[in-house]
Amino acid sequence: MSPQMLDRLWQAFLDTLTMVGVSAIIALVVGVPLAVFLVLSSPGGLINAPRTNRVLGAVINGFRAAPFIVLLVALLPFTRLVTGTTIGVWAAIVPLSISATPFLARIAEVSLREVEHGLIEAAQAIGCRRWHIIRHVLLPEALPGLVGGFTITVVSMIGASAMAGAVGAGGLGDMAIRYGYQRFDTTVMVAVLVVLIATVCLVQFIGDSAVRRLRAR
Amino acid sequence: MSLAFLGVADHPLLQAGATARHDAKPAVSSRGAAESGPSAGSETLAAGSVRFEGVGKVYTSSAGRVEALQEISIDIAAGSVFGIIGRSGAGKSSLLRTINRLEQPTVGRVLVDGEDIAAYGESALVALRRRVGMIFQHFNLLSAKTVFGNVALPLLVAGVGTAEIEARVGEVLKLVGLEGKERTYPSRLSGGQKQRVGIARALVSRPDILLCDEATSALDPETTLSILSLLKDINRRLGLTIVLITHEMSVIREICDEVLVLEAGGIAETGPVWQVFGNPRHEATKALLAPLTRGLPEEIASRMTSSPASDTALALIDFTYTGEGGREPDLARLVALLGSQLRIVQSQLDRIDGHLSGRLIVSAPAAGDLPSRLSGQDLAHGARIIGYVPANA
Ligand SMILES: Nc1ncnc2c1ncn2[C@@H]1O[C@H](COP(=O)(O)OP(=O)(O)OP(=O)(O)O)[C@@H](O)[C@H]1O
Ligand SMILES: [Mg+2]
Repeated sequence: MSPQMLDRLWQAFLDTLTMVGVSAIIALVVGVPLAVFLVLSSPGGLINAPRTNRVLGAVINGFRAAPFIVLLVALLPFTRLVTGTTIGVWAAIVPLSISATPFLARIAEVSLREVEHGLIEAAQAIGCRRWHIIRHVLLPEALPGLVGGFTITVVSMIGASAMAGAVGAGGLGDMAIRYGYQRFDTTVMVAVLVVLIATVCLVQFIGDSAVRRLRAR
Repeated sequence: MSLAFLGVADHPLLQAGATARHDAKPAVSSRGAAESGPSAGSETLAAGSVRFEGVGKVYTSSAGRVEALQEISIDIAAGSVFGIIGRSGAGKSSLLRTINRLEQPTVGRVLVDGEDIAAYGESALVALRRRVGMIFQHFNLLSAKTVFGNVALPLLVAGVGTAEIEARVGEVLKLVGLEGKERTYPSRLSGGQKQRVGIARALVSRPDILLCDEATSALDPETTLSILSLLKDINRRLGLTIVLITHEMSVIREICDEVLVLEAGGIAETGPVWQVFGNPRHEATKALLAPLTRGLPEEIASRMTSSPASDTALALIDFTYTGEGGREPDLARLVALLGSQLRIVQSQLDRIDGHLSGRLIVSAPAAGDLPSRLSGQDLAHGARIIGYVPANA
């Protein structure tokens, strides 16, 4: 592989890192609070908002059902509105985070629901208000599950980001498709794949060991 | 039991609690007097009293309507240990949980220190819950927090400063015998230790009332005893009202002053433990106490006849004691009544709060005038011949 190709590979890696990193943070910041709201507003929960709960659930299901490539195209006007452009890394971040947020919200919801009801009751009994319960009971108790769910989200975002090439965002996946699928340049494709696999393995490893450390308490 | 058992006789928390309680009493009674309402009578209310007035609770769910409580009216005196027993599903937890409003009654009122807690807004409710501690069967400790973090949480959310939190958590952990475990996570503790953390967490806000929902049901008998001694000491030294639910009758006998028997959501009977246990009137109480009552030994029961088989047959006489009026088995007088061939066949006597209750089954010669002698006796609350056995028994 030429130094020029290595340079491209490095650039693609950085693009993927930016796309996935920024989108993952957005998904985390929006998705987890959404999950908390979904759990608290479900029947018998601490927030009484059954209609909002149902509407939100339906919207989330809608986004979850749409294939990422369709979302990517359908969201173009919105992307232009937000980033001022429809091509490049930042244009990919919009659909990527919009598809990852509902995904993470659903996964986080499952972990939050697994927090024993008795713990919430005990917290109420010692004089915790709603915010205290979220802050000291729900989130910390669900943390191992949340970290595990976040890991899954990041890994599947690395996969989805391959399609970001459709808006010229580049990245590792795009490079693999370009050189391997379209130009039959096996060497480059294999190199890209190795980097992709290593990245996914690293993310999974970090996530898994964090979960293990949290569960060991 | 003395506090020396726990080695905390000079414990600052105990003294702080005791003085605080002293100071609190006038304040509470003036609050009661200032209140205008049917409940605010002239009586002085000590901190930690609970009154149920016609409390009823209906759960409505997709599965249908469950009437969990009906017409519960009862007073729990400040500083007492009050037990609630009843079959599974009788409504014990539902009733207990109305005291800190984890459940709201459908009808009726719950008064804590004379105040109707249904009227409380969020802030008053939070304040109430700081005055009412609760411990649970499955401890309900936060696994993500250390022992210190768990016990400190009630103070943390109440906005207490760090230095005071450290001091009070230290005190209360010492009280429950868990010094040195501050940095441990609950998963590393035994069941008894976990419940001690639960008790510490409930006590750290210096409550007036402690609610215990089957707090010892998940513990082995020895640990149960140690937790009970701890609760009893807390009750005596801090003057804390304890309301507890249990399936273990021995727990009631061990530490309760009064007991309430619930049956299908209603009051079956209630009163001092010695009275209810010494002379159970309701079927539900009898059924709950049944496992504790020992019957006749099988080899005697199998040879028992309903009338004397011969002149030398022995009568089996069942003396019952309800605990009232100081009647106790006076052996000299029993011999005087029944003759020197008296033998004790079976006895089950129990002393609760100085009242002796239970039964004593003896055998004695079945002389002709035995029934009339028994009917005139004043040794026990009841005496009846339950059968006869051959003399060589
Ligand atoms: N949240 C609820 N929703 C519907 N029904 C309930 C609910 N909580 C309790 N019940 C019903 O109310 C009745 C009384 O329940 P409760 O938990 O008070 O009984 P309990 O005496 O504490 O029983 P146990 O000894 O088994 O704990 C039961 O029939 C129960 O099924
Ligand atoms: Mg119960």
